[in-house]
Parts: sequence; structure tokens; C-alpha cells
Amino acid sequence: MDLQYFIELLFGGLTRGSIYALIALGYTLVYGIIGLINFAHGEIYMVGAFTALLVAGWLGYIGFPAGGILLVAALAAVAWTAAYGFTLEKVAYKPLRSAPRLSPLISAIGMSIFLQNYVLLAQTSDFVPFPDLVPEMPFLASLGDVMGPTDFLILVVSCTTMLVLVFWIRYTRTGKAMRATAQNRKMAMLLGINADSLISVTFIVGSALAALGGVLIASHMGQINFNIGFLAGMKAFTAAVLGGIGSVPGAVVGGLVLGIAESMTTGYLSGNYEDVLSFCLLILILIFRPDGILGKKQVQKV
Amino acid sequence: MKRFAICAAALVAAVALACPAQAKDTIKIGVPGAHTGGLASYGMPTLNAAKIVSEKVNASGGVLGMKIQLLAEDDQCKNDLASNAATKLISEDADVVMGHICSGPTKVALPYYNKEHIILMSPTATTPSLTAAGVNPMFFRTVAKDDAQAALTSKFILESLKSKKIAYVHDNDEYGKGFADGNKDILEKAGVETVLYEAVTPDAVDFSAISRKLRHAKPDVIVFGGYKDLAGKLIKQFRREKVNCPVVGPDGVKDQAILELGAAAENVYCSYPKDTSTLPLFKEAREAHVKQFGSEPGFGYYNAYAAMLALIHGIEKAGSTDTAKIIEVLHNDPVDTPIGSLTFNANGDAAGMGLSIYTVKDGKFVETEFNITLK
Amino acid sequence: MQRIFKALVAALWFMVLCAPIMGLLLLPDGTASFRWQRLAVLGTGIFFASLLWQWYFEKKERGERLFGGKAQAEEPVHRESLLRNKSFQRISLACVCAFMIAMPFIPGINSIYQITIWISALIYVMLALGLNIIVGLAGQLVLGYAAFYAIGAYTYGLLYQFFGLGFWVCLPIAGIVTVLCGLALGFPVLRLRGDYLAIVTLGFGEIVRLVLINWDSVTNGARGVSGIPRPALFGCPMNMQWSTTYLYYMSFLAVVVTIVVITRLKNSRVGLALQAMREDEIASEAMGINLTQVKLTAFALSSAWAGFAGVLFAAKTSFINPSSFTFWESAMMLSMVVLGGMGSILGVTLGALILVLAPEYLRAFADYRMLLFGATMVVMMIFRPQGLVTGERRHYRISALERKGD
Repeated sequence: MDLQYFIELLFGGLTRGSIYALIALGYTLVYGIIGLINFAHGEIYMVGAFTALLVAGWLGYIGFPAGGILLVAALAAVAWTAAYGFTLEKVAYKPLRSAPRLSPLISAIGMSIFLQNYVLLAQTSDFVPFPDLVPEMPFLASLGDVMGPTDFLILVVSCTTMLVLVFWIRYTRTGKAMRATAQNRKMAMLLGINADSLISVTFIVGSALAALGGVLIASHMGQINFNIGFLAGMKAFTAAVLGGIGSVPGAVVGGLVLGIAESMTTGYLSGNYEDVLSFCLLILILIFRPDGILGKKQVQKV
Repeated sequence: MKRFAICAAALVAAVALACPAQAKDTIKIGVPGAHTGGLASYGMPTLNAAKIVSEKVNASGGVLGMKIQLLAEDDQCKNDLASNAATKLISEDADVVMGHICSGPTKVALPYYNKEHIILMSPTATTPSLTAAGVNPMFFRTVAKDDAQAALTSKFILESLKSKKIAYVHDNDEYGKGFADGNKDILEKAGVETVLYEAVTPDAVDFSAISRKLRHAKPDVIVFGGYKDLAGKLIKQFRREKVNCPVVGPDGVKDQAILELGAAAENVYCSYPKDTSTLPLFKEAREAHVKQFGSEPGFGYYNAYAAMLALIHGIEKAGSTDTAKIIEVLHNDPVDTPIGSLTFNANGDAAGMGLSIYTVKDGKFVETEFNITLK
Repeated sequence: MQRIFKALVAALWFMVLCAPIMGLLLLPDGTASFRWQRLAVLGTGIFFASLLWQWYFEKKERGERLFGGKAQAEEPVHRESLLRNKSFQRISLACVCAFMIAMPFIPGINSIYQITIWISALIYVMLALGLNIIVGLAGQLVLGYAAFYAIGAYTYGLLYQFFGLGFWVCLPIAGIVTVLCGLALGFPVLRLRGDYLAIVTLGFGEIVRLVLINWDSVTNGARGVSGIPRPALFGCPMNMQWSTTYLYYMSFLAVVVTIVVITRLKNSRVGLALQAMREDEIASEAMGINLTQVKLTAFALSSAWAGFAGVLFAAKTSFINPSSFTFWESAMMLSMVVLGGMGSILGVTLGALILVLAPEYLRAFADYRMLLFGATMVVMMIFRPQGLVTGERRHYRISALERKGD
């Protein structure tokens, strides 16, 4: 029984951690390439969830076959959110590339507030129910109730996405160009890489991932609200830093570690301490490894 | 130095702008609450009720021959803004105030109203400590306080569900934790075992950990303290994790959001004011809202409507806006409202309201026979 | 012509972008409707905004290229010269002081409401100035400043609740407690780089808030601590108007003291060390500055001010609970510092006053208040990233070098 409980908590943690990882990847990719903490990223995740909800509702209204609604809504959410990310970068961050360090940060906080209230005013401040679109998966019962259909979906989708992303960054031209720009932008530009378009690509990819996370969580929770971006964003950011900000595998590791730690805390200690422990864990890890779990040691050039 | 003197003199010369004293020609009712921001859906129905009642009364001649003027102030359910809103209402010479919406802002604002002898009647602030004996002589409310709800639900759990093992899940907020604690105190004294007592973060990304913990703890009943959105999310995950025992919650749970859960909403109970929808005043209040705003009334609408009627009744019967006289009327003279015929007891709570247990049947909330009447 | 085309593209882009969220409306009965009018309004607005945007950035680029940097430099210098004019400074300062002192006696604006919001504003000025020490002067990004604010407020609240101690006794105690906490936070983060420091301070802020919510037996959790008394004037009871006015003068005095102390600090050895550390850590270490000591001093000083502000806040609202000390408070304070101009005392003060008073005076726009707030932050950063008032840097003029010609 105890082992069963442990495995259940583990899988619960993996579910949670996958969501954190998806959002954390967005933070880490953006930080890697322009050194900015994109505070509005949590709101991008929220916009993804809302877009999926609205498109799904509209499709249901016009009588689209029920089986395909989730897929189409998810694709629509990813597309539109990627566009939001792209626009966000062009409007709020690009003009500030040469400004003092803290200015883009404040701009990001401002955009975060703006996006939250934009959705609040355009839609509603109340919680909105998300339709149950995930099909029943009877084969999961045989696994001993360790996870439900949405958990399974989250795990499968996140794993696939992350694998594709890692592959893409490592082996494709664009991925290599991104890594080059992250390492040294001026040098990359000298070598003919269009840094501007690569930065846009980074934002697009990051936002697409966050949107996916948003859709998955909306299905999992059954409800969304203009405020969901805040806590999820903060936790994901913590996860990214935990794993070493700027490192793609770091974001994944950080997300999963954080998710599992939270799940275990609730399962074995108390739900009260869940959040406190996450932040304490972060501080502890940073004391012993100031660059995060997988972070590269930063050499300061004089 | 000369320039300084001129500057200073110019500023001080602005003293000439004394406000002329105005003869009293309107009754000013302050309506502070969350009118914008994330909690606007809790505060707007109160404002709507105030508008509807004041328009109706003004159309038939007003109160004591004077028209009602509403002073709406937004506090977004935040403490700092609440003290600003309270001082603004005091500065604008409000006669009585209907609000605030959330307990925190009400607590912040009460010292101001207490000192200035202005009556504050809240339609939705449910913290018991607000009407503790003698603390807030200016405070009244037309809603059942948290421990009254806890008294009802714990009685229900003991007598109707006959549970032996209980789990408590709350959101660490005053309302939710207050309800859970209220139940816990009574039930533990009655010998019921507490198998779990924990808080969850309302905005968390996933509740599988607490759900699985509950499944392993095997309670007979889960007492939930919190608002409808958290209730919806938790119950959905509970049922998915095969935690099918009854869930008992406070009046915040009675909402469409729970019905949306479909089959998962079976076995959910909550306390809520007794169904008064057959009362003529209730129908009138509802129709007026649908006519003016095109939708069903929201959270706290009927309580706010009742509060407005009580305040206006108080002023009329007292014959003036003298606070002591109005309080006298509120204590002794019953007023007909959409939620029943009310007076207010010595502490400020509404007496004459009924509370019932509701449950979900066939996708609707159905009142059960289990109820109490508040004194 | 090309500009108009670009503007059209921008307008169309935004219309398509915002189509789902602004355009689609799901009604509770399951129908969906599309709101064309909103999108049309948006499109028109973006069209004109885009034209303005393009004009501004083209002008900026052209200005730089044509005049080779001189035009850029001329403008701020000219404006600065007015601000730097000593007699102008003294006169305006005196006027402002006189106005602030006289305000509670000027009928028409001496309502309890006005005084209360000014007390709010002054408390935030104190907070912004305190945060300025660590963010503006020392260049360390702190995202959890509200934690120290909370510690100060709760120290007063709890000491009153458990021991009945009064305002004047609790003020220094709160300062000491907050400094200790600041040091406790400072030690582990000494080795961390800028952005890691930010997230750790964010985490610290959240930890403090969560502890306040969960440690029910001591802090009363979400129920908070009520009945906190205001400072008394030699024990005589005061009515609402007078006690508010008294608290107003106290806050004003506190702000004046803060400004004086921080100005002296800025030009002292410690202040210069902080600014050196902000500019270049390695160089300053090479010059003999003990980074550890300086960083800890910055943390300690900065948190002390938040503690004092917290005590004032507790006295003002008489009731505190954890919901007043969220991350958004910290973000607001950071915005005040950055929008005002990091390192500049005048700028930070102005930033704080504007960000606190504008929402109050613009209550008419309440619905759009936060939206405008966010938009303003972004716009301010784009068009004036250095803030309202640039942090002044010391200039050393070496006349011998100048005479020889450059």
C-alpha cells in the first residue's frame, strides 16, 4: 500500500512537473537568448488556455464533430498564443534591447498586468468552465489507478514536445543558430545570423509551449480564470531557476523536481507546506549550487 | 527669500475656498465594495441591488420626502483601498453605508464608522468576530455568519450523514478556514475523528496529491471550506481519483459552477439561506434585476436588497437620520425583505433568517428538510 | 505612403490577434457571438497608434544619425540644468514643504479622505526610497521587498496583541527585527548573480507571506491582527480628524527624515561604495571595497526602512492581514523605483506619489485603472527607460585637463 501511495504521488508530481516544465522552457529560452526574465510569460500561458476555451466553445456552437474539438482548439491556441508572444516581443522588449537592465523587466511586469486586465475586461473576472473534451481511457485502470486520462495526456504530450524541442535545438540549423545567438549575439550577427528573427522564433516557440501547457491544464482542472497565469508562472520561473536558467534540460529537470517535491510534501507532510517548501528548496539549492542544478558556471570576464 | 514668501503666501491664500454648508436635501447611502478587479463578480450584484431599490423608492417619493443618493466607492476587496473608501464616504457625509463586501475590508473600515457613528450594514461579510458582543456597535449584517453555517452543517453531518471520520480541506482564507474550524470544533467535541485537516492553494496547478491523500485516508465525509471555484476544481479531481464520499460546504458552494460538474456533483451538500423564492418581495427583486440587467442576480443580491430595505425602513420609522434612533428601529421593528422578515439582534446579526442544507439532484440544487432559523 | 501601409498591416495584425479574446463571447446558454464592433475600434486605434510609433522611432533614429550624438546629449543637459539650479531647487522644495504642512488646514482639501490617501502615498514614498537603496544605489534586484514591509507591520501588530506595547516602543523594535531578517536574507544570497538574487528574494517574499498565513497560532492567519492603535499625542484621546492629521504629520516627518538620511548616505563612504559595486563589482573589489560588508549593509539599511514603513501602515489601517503583502506590492514598489529613476531620490519620490495617488484621483476610470497602469509602465519604459528623473552621477571637473584642451 505504501509503495502504491508513493507511486501515485510520484505520478501526480510528474503531471504537475510537466506543466511547470512546459512553461519553464519558455522562461529559459527567452532568458538564454536575451537575458530577460519574461514576467509576462505566465499571462501567455493564461491567454493560451482562454483561446482554447473560446475556440472550443465556438466549435461546439457551430456543430464541429466532438472528437476533433480538442485538437483544433489546441492548435488554434498554440497558433494564436505564438502570435501573442511574437507581438509581445516586438512591442515591449525589442525597443528596450539597449536600455539599462531593469527597464525590460519593468516593461515585462507592465505587460503582465496589462494582459491580465485585458483578458479580464474582454472576457470576465469570473471563473469560466472548460469543457470536458478528453476521451475516457479505460486501459489506465489496469495500471492501478495511478493516473487519470488527463494526467496521461499531459505526460504524453509534454514528453513528446520536450523531446522534439531538445532534438530541434540540438540538430537543426535554426536550433544551432539559436544556441549561437544565446552564446554571443554580436559574434552570431557577424557570422550572418539574423539575431532579430531568431529572437522572435524563440518567443514563438516559448509561447507555443506555454499555450500547450495552458490547454492541458484547462482540461485537467476544468476551469480557468484570468488569474491562473500568476501562480503557475511564478512556480515555473522558480523551476527554471532551480534547474539553471538558460539551460533547456535544466528547465525540464527543474520543473519535474519541483512538481515531485510539491506532490511528496502534500502527500507525506501537509498541503499547508506545499508552496513554502518549493521556495525553501529553491533557496537551498541555490546556496549550494548558485547556478542551479544544471546551470553552467558563469565566468565573469573582467 | 522674497520668492519663497510670495510662494508660501499664494498657497496659504487658497484658504478662501471654504465649502459652503449645504442644507440636507438627500439621503446619502454609501455603497463600498469590489466594483472592479478580480472580485468584481462578488461586489457588483450588491451595487445593482442598491441601484434598483433606490430607484424604486425615489420613484415613489423617496424617504422622509428626500431622494436617495447612492455613493458608490470601489475598494477591490483590498484593505488599503477599503480605508480610503471609508474615509471618502465619511468625508462626503454618508448617512448610512451598505457594504463592504469582503471581511478584511469590513474590519479595516469599521473603526472609522464606529468613531463617526455611521451605521454599516454588510450583505456578505460573514466573519463571526465582526458581531462579537459590543465590539462594533455600528455594524449589522443581512447574512448568516460563518459559525451559524458551521452549526447547521455539523448538525447535519452528525444527525443525517452520521459520519465517524471526517477530513477537512480549506483554502486558508478567513471564510473557508473559519467554516472548516467551526465544523471541526463542534464535531470533535461530539467525538468524531479527524482524519485529515489541511489547506490547499486555490490557484494550484494540480490537486492530485491531496486527492490521493484523501483516498488513502478514507473519510466518511469531507468538509470543504472555500469558494465555488476551488470547490469545483477539487470535487472534480476528487471524483476522478475515486473519492466519492459526501462533500459538505458553506454557502459559497451553491453555484452554477458545481452543477457544471455533472455527475461529479452528486453527493455534494451545502448550507444556504432558506428558499424564499415564493415570497412576493423575492419575485419582485428578481424580476427587477432581470428587467434592468438582463441576467439572473448574482452573489449576494438578495442580501443586499434586504439590507437596503432594512436601512430605508430604519430611517423612515426613526423619522430622521439620527443613528441612535435608526439602531433602535433595526433592533425592534421587523422589516419585510426578499429573504424573510428580519430584525437585528443586539450584536447586529439578522434574526429571522432561515438556513437550509441543499444538495444536488438531477443537475439542480434541491433544498432538503434540514434547516434552522437564526435568532 | 509606406508608413500608412505598415500601419494598416499593424492594425490588421492586431485585429486578427485579438479576435478570439476580444471578439468571441460565449454565452451561458451555449451560443457564441462575434463582436465585430470591438475589433473595428481596436483596428482603428492601432492604425493611428502605429503611425505615431513609427514617427517617434524614425525621429529618434534620424536624430542620432544626422547630428552624431550631439542632439541626444543636448536635450537632457538643458533640462537638467533647470533642475540643477540650486535656487530653483530650494524654492520649489520650500513651497512643497509649506503646502504639505499646511494641507490639513486648507478647507476643501482637508477632508479625512484626502489626508488618508496622502498618508498612504507618504508611506509608499518611504518604501520606494528604502528599496532605492538596494535597487537604485546598490544595483541588486530585489523582488520580495513586501516581505520586510510585512515583518515591520506584523512586529508592531503582534507586539501590541501579545504584550500591549505602544507605537513608539515598537517602532525601533520593528526596525531591529527587520534588519535582522534583512541580514538573514543577505547572507545566503551573497554569491548569487543578479537574476538568481531576484528569484531568491521573490521566494523569500512568498515564504514570509505563506508563513504569515499558515502560522495561525501566532499570526491569526488570514484573519489578521486588528485593533492596532495609532500613535497618541502624550496620551490625550483624539477624534478621527485629529488622529488622522497627527498620523499625517508623523508620516511627513518620517519621509523628511528618510530623504535627509538617504541623501547623506548617498554621498557618504557607504553610499559611494554601494554605487561602485553597482557599476562594476570586480573593479570595486579590486579597489579595496569589501563586497560582503557592503552588500549586507545595503540589505540591512534597505530592510530597516521597510520595517518603519510597515509600522506606520499598521497604525494607519489598524488592521493587517497577509493579503496586503503579496508579490504585486513588491512589483509596485519596484515599479516606483524604476519609473521614477533609479538612484534619484526626487525621481523615486515622484514615482511613488504618482503611482499611489493617480488611481485614487482617477477613480472615474476605475474599470480601466489596472489596464492603464500596466500600459503606462510599458510605455514609460519604451519612451523613457531611464525613468522620470535620471539618477545623478557625480561629475568631477579637473580644470587642469580642460585648460590644456581635449
